[in-house]
Amino acid sequence: MSELLLDVTGLSKYYGNRIGCADVNFDLWPGEVMGIVGESGSGKSTLLNCLAGQVEADFGEVFFSTRSEGMKDTFQMSEPERRMLSRTDWAFVHQNARDGLRMNVSAGGNVGERLMAVGSRHYGKIRNKAVDWLERVEIHNSRIDDRPTAFSGGMQQRLQIARNLVTGPRLVFMDEPTGGLDVSVQARLLDLIKSLVREMNLSAIIVTHDLAVVRLLADRLMVMKDGYVVESGLTDQVLDDPQHSYTQLLVSSVLQA
Amino acid sequence: MIKVENVGKTFTLFNQENTSIPVIKEASFEVLKGDCVALVGKSGSGKSTLMRMIYGNYLTNEGKIWVGETNIVGASSRAIINIRRHILGYVSQFLRVVPRVPTREVVAEPLLAIGKEMDEAFDIAEKLLERLNIPPALWDLSPTTFSGGEQQRVNIARGFIRNYPAILLDEPTASLDSENRSVVLDLIKGAKSKGTAIVGIFHDESARMHVCDRQVDVSNFSPKLES
Repeated sequence: MSELLLDVTGLSKYYGNRIGCADVNFDLWPGEVMGIVGESGSGKSTLLNCLAGQVEADFGEVFFSTRSEGMKDTFQMSEPERRMLSRTDWAFVHQNARDGLRMNVSAGGNVGERLMAVGSRHYGKIRNKAVDWLERVEIHNSRIDDRPTAFSGGMQQRLQIARNLVTGPRLVFMDEPTGGLDVSVQARLLDLIKSLVREMNLSAIIVTHDLAVVRLLADRLMVMKDGYVVESGLTDQVLDDPQHSYTQLLVSSVLQA
Repeated sequence: MIKVENVGKTFTLFNQENTSIPVIKEASFEVLKGDCVALVGKSGSGKSTLMRMIYGNYLTNEGKIWVGETNIVGASSRAIINIRRHILGYVSQFLRVVPRVPTREVVAEPLLAIGKEMDEAFDIAEKLLERLNIPPALWDLSPTTFSGGEQQRVNIARGFIRNYPAILLDEPTASLDSENRSVVLDLIKGAKSKGTAIVGIFHDESARMHVCDRQVDVSNFSPKLES
């Protein structure tokens, strides 16, 4: 249980002279959810993309506990090795479901494709598993042959989650997973993510600007400003008794509904 | 079980000219197993602040707070999460839940979090909800739309579903009618008899007299304001 899943040291990314994110350090255990908050441009998405290997970092190390070889620096991995990781043990849920889905492939196909990418070949089994996952994310199986273009935004987001989780990943990167959705749809998604984390002992890194979302989902929280992590700690402690001027400003700026 | 040693707390408002507000100074008290200690003192004296410091929700600037073997002051986030999961329960005045999650599951959550089977956890949750007079028709609904008193009872059920070695109670009887109030007092007494150490804030004086063994006046820990 106490074994490290991810260990990040000195992660930095520059865009020319501009700081993307700088000197980020943290680690994650299985089953833990880390929230990253900050305003737009604070570097939170850059950090997430570097961690997930979608953007190349300039400095630092990201060790991940691989199934076969133990802790391994993902930045030093070969391209095929990293690609395999991102299909199996990792998942990335984009803010815009269109970036994470194939829009001209059916819902069932979107889920099945991930399975085929890791070697499943039996059509019946793939379809059954796809049906099972669509059910878990509350997409009725009468919609399995529809394309995501015919889905609402909330359904697309749930489909993206099904597509990502079908291979049983251990670490999920989420970029504003509830951004741009109706609050009722958001609630449904939060419930889904929370129960999946518990049932699958998933670890997740969730980037959002919504403090209510991290309060409900994240065990720990990092607050970013201008590329740096200015405060980190237990989520409710950081939100209720912030120790940095920027976090105090952030927390006190939230409108009460 | 809970030991507060020379504890101090100052809030600093960085965005308001770094104003420092000292709220607690040299607070010390101890709660043994099976003991119930009431925090008293007038509004604003720091009762809730002190309670939140014990829970690790507020940081502590000075002193030590022992919960079992662990000093909460300076403990890692993980250590605090672990203590909250296994040792220290908390019934707050506010119900914060993921919308849409049924009441039954909200109450069973502390058991599910430690890996209890769902059926078993739901069973225990339902018994507790029944005891607290939450009608079965509401168990499948999210508590977000419940009345204040119902939400509070959901919170209480959630707090008492496990036999924590220690529990913090923030106004557990505040908006309850006399019948439910006596159920809650029975729950508190039941926990005490099982050895749970309790720290509580009770504005309801007769409830306090009924379950608490001692009281600690938090006003004694108020820093002298220097002008």
